[in-house]
Amino acid sequence: MEDLLAARTQMAVSLMFHILFAIAGMAMPVLMAVSEGLWLRTRDPVHLELTKRWAKGTAILFAVGAVSGTVLSFELGLLWPKFMEHAGAIIGMPFSLEGFAFFTEAIFLGIYLYGWNKVPPRAHFLAGIVVAVSGGLSAVFVVAANAWMNTPTGFDLVDGKMVNIDPLAAMLSPAAIPQAVHMLLAAYAAVGFAVAGIHAWVLLRHPESRFHRAALGIALAVGGPAALLQPVSGDLLARMVADTQPAKLAAMEGHFETRKAAPLLVGGLPDPDARVTRWAVEIPYGLSLLAYHDPHAEVKGLNDIPRENWPNVPIVHLSFQVMVGCGMVMALLALAAGWLRLRRRPLTVRWLLRALILASPLGVLGIEAGWFVTEVGRQPWIIQGVMRTRDALTPMPGLTVPLATITLVYVVLGIIVVFLLKRHVIVTVPEEGT
Amino acid sequence: MELAAGLVIVAALNLYAVSGGADFGGGVWDLLARGPRAQRQRELIAHAIGPIWEANHVWLILAIVVLFTAFPPAFARVTTVLHIPLFLMLLGIIARGAAFSFRAYGDPARETQRPWGPVFAVSSLLTPLLLGVVLGAIASGTATLEAGFFASWWRLFPFAVGIFALAMFAFLAAVYLAVEAEEGEMREDFRRRAMISEVALGVMAALVLAAAGSRAPEILHDLTRTPWSWALHAVTAASALTVLFALWRRRYGLARIAAVLQVSLIVWGWAFSQFPHLVRPDLTLANAAAPPVTLRLMLGALAGGTVLLLPAFVYLFRVFGKLRRP
Ligand code: HDD
Ligand code: HEM
Ligand code: HEM
Repeated sequence: MEDLLAARTQMAVSLMFHILFAIAGMAMPVLMAVSEGLWLRTRDPVHLELTKRWAKGTAILFAVGAVSGTVLSFELGLLWPKFMEHAGAIIGMPFSLEGFAFFTEAIFLGIYLYGWNKVPPRAHFLAGIVVAVSGGLSAVFVVAANAWMNTPTGFDLVDGKMVNIDPLAAMLSPAAIPQAVHMLLAAYAAVGFAVAGIHAWVLLRHPESRFHRAALGIALAVGGPAALLQPVSGDLLARMVADTQPAKLAAMEGHFETRKAAPLLVGGLPDPDARVTRWAVEIPYGLSLLAYHDPHAEVKGLNDIPRENWPNVPIVHLSFQVMVGCGMVMALLALAAGWLRLRRRPLTVRWLLRALILASPLGVLGIEAGWFVTEVGRQPWIIQGVMRTRDALTPMPGLTVPLATITLVYVVLGIIVVFLLKRHVIVTVPEEGT
Repeated sequence: MELAAGLVIVAALNLYAVSGGADFGGGVWDLLARGPRAQRQRELIAHAIGPIWEANHVWLILAIVVLFTAFPPAFARVTTVLHIPLFLMLLGIIARGAAFSFRAYGDPARETQRPWGPVFAVSSLLTPLLLGVVLGAIASGTATLEAGFFASWWRLFPFAVGIFALAMFAFLAAVYLAVEAEEGEMREDFRRRAMISEVALGVMAALVLAAAGSRAPEILHDLTRTPWSWALHAVTAASALTVLFALWRRRYGLARIAAVLQVSLIVWGWAFSQFPHLVRPDLTLANAAAPPVTLRLMLGALAGGTVLLLPAFVYLFRVFGKLRRP
């Protein structure tokens, strides 16, 4: 395998692995805080048991999140030293702040996980809130670094060098806020639905378990609203992409011909050589409407962008379809569950449970697909318009070896995590009455 | 300002050495647990590491982040030239963290837990060794692009530093564990181990100097270049003797303080000897520094963050002042 491809794949594998644990680190503390808050208010032991059970599972995930994150901070240099050499001074700021968010998180997580009998209940609850907030903050900061790669600001380019840098402006690049909001919502929606699916699976067999009913209710209360807001925030994000990254937008939509009143192509397969997208469903004016909120707006197509600056169009387009598809299904399910709630009907009706089980991986799938859109869609640039990925690569030869090693290690780790979670946390039904 | 950023990196490494380093050392004693109390020794180690493992780990990340923010060319050089030992070290970090937490969070009675012991212990050996190799290569001026991806670190001196780091962490862990053990026999076990490893550490220090003398004479020169360096060495040696004395008289509190002091002095002694170089022979604090605005913002953020976090840290250590299970 060519070294550049190996390095890109290694980065992709590491990030796709890390994000699984990062979202758990962001969203599980929210679920636990809700559950513990309910316990403090009602003193219903079911909620205490649930909080502790979730905390145990989260502890395992946190540990893996911390090591895979450490790996990433080294990999930025191991694989892309030239990128870090030029960008380090600019995006170091969000990473430093993120470091503090991690610190806070680690400290209060220690108190949370090991302090059940050592601190008063209220302090324990507050520690949980701090963990949830700092988890969210660390995502906001790290995504700000990524947003800068997509929409670099805060420097002047003189002879290909970045001078007059302004790290604060770089942190607030145009993509930063829309991406951060979208990512936070994605984490809450994905984890909420994943957890809901797991508990729904047990409820199908033990519909009376109060423990699992409580769990399902909380998971949907967190995941549902996030899933409903997600299309709105996605729309904001897409408009930012339309303004700043025309090649990415065109690739997302499989849009080749620059034209006014552009249709939206749903599904289909772009053929970059023939420069058409086949077998798609066309929605007239759709793209112009979505990207610019104006049915007659002109949308730039790939034909007006030099071929060497195209990303891999089929991958970006298909990933985008997958993400939006996942988002639609999740939003519909959230609506259905909300409607049952409003009519004061139990959430344990069989069709909803079945649908939730089927939908439980969709949020995670949507996140991985969304990151493919963002990262593959930015290619061939590592810093949009400033530095090409190829030019950032380490001169180290034989990069297939670390790629194979890391992949193997992560596959094994993943299997073990699933096994442990299944064995110790998920499938048992606690004694009734607790 | 470059100097301040450099001091932050050394301070973070120092804190990592005395906290995270001791966790690695615990892994070494886990591997070497022997005799009738082997199982109880392992349990003591697991309990001592448990609550604050995740917090300790953050010091390494802090050092890395400050390095790539404040001195991007140095980060790029180190990660390029020392790709192989750093990657192996990462594997050690992954294996160790995963093994430790799987063992700790799983059900201790289960069969499935058994394989974690060796993985934990072996990766506890490898990681400090490689960390030492990396620092040794940086210190001895072989981390250059011309030296290439092997010759930059596959040498006697970096490995001598690696073994020295391993011995240092094992020593520190033995002292901590002797403090933790509280009870007669276990305490004696770790007291003996602490004394042996302190002597081993002294021998290793001599060997590192000898390796430096033959392979990297400029280090030897820098380690001894001013009266200050001699004073530093004298204080380090004095604190080493204090540890031995305190262990001998079974004054464990004093032993712990002196051990922390000794390890910190070693870290600072290394930093002092290569000042003002970040990566020998050519990258210095001045020529590798990021623009002043970056340094100013980063130092400001660090100061602000420290003020916010300090009370939290104090709280953490108050809650877990005695690092044992309830
Ligand atoms: C639960 C997961 C999930 C769901 C349901 C959606 N997204 Fe998303 N999307 C993500 C998870 C995600 C993500 C993984 O979190 C990304 C990757 C980068 C980012 O900031 O968010 C993302 C990126 C992303 C981008 C690319 C941004 C960029 O490259 O800078 C666009 C345009 C959208 N999304 C738009 C949408 C729309 C219109 C949705 C309508 C339903 C949608 N997303 C649902
Ligand atoms: C290049 C990208 C990234 C790097 C270098 C990185 C680095 C890290 C590091 C070093 C840690 C461990 C901190 C600790 O020891 O406590 C970590 C954990 C975490 N990361 Fe990342 N990260 C990256 C991408 C992301 C992304 C995209 C997100 C979320 C959107 C994220 C969210 C988190 C969260 C919430 C945690 C803490 C929770 C946990 O430990 O499981 N990270 N990351
Ligand atoms: C955790 C969520 C993320 C996922 C799943 C993800 C996914 C990916 C993928 C698939 C690639 C390979 C793209 C290609 O080469 O075709 C990539 C590249 C990369 N990503 Fe991300 N990414 C994430 C977040 C981040 C963040 C927060 C940063 C911030 C610094 C980042 C920095 C990079 C870099 C430096 C590369 C390599 C250069 C390049 O290919 O452009 N990523 N990522």
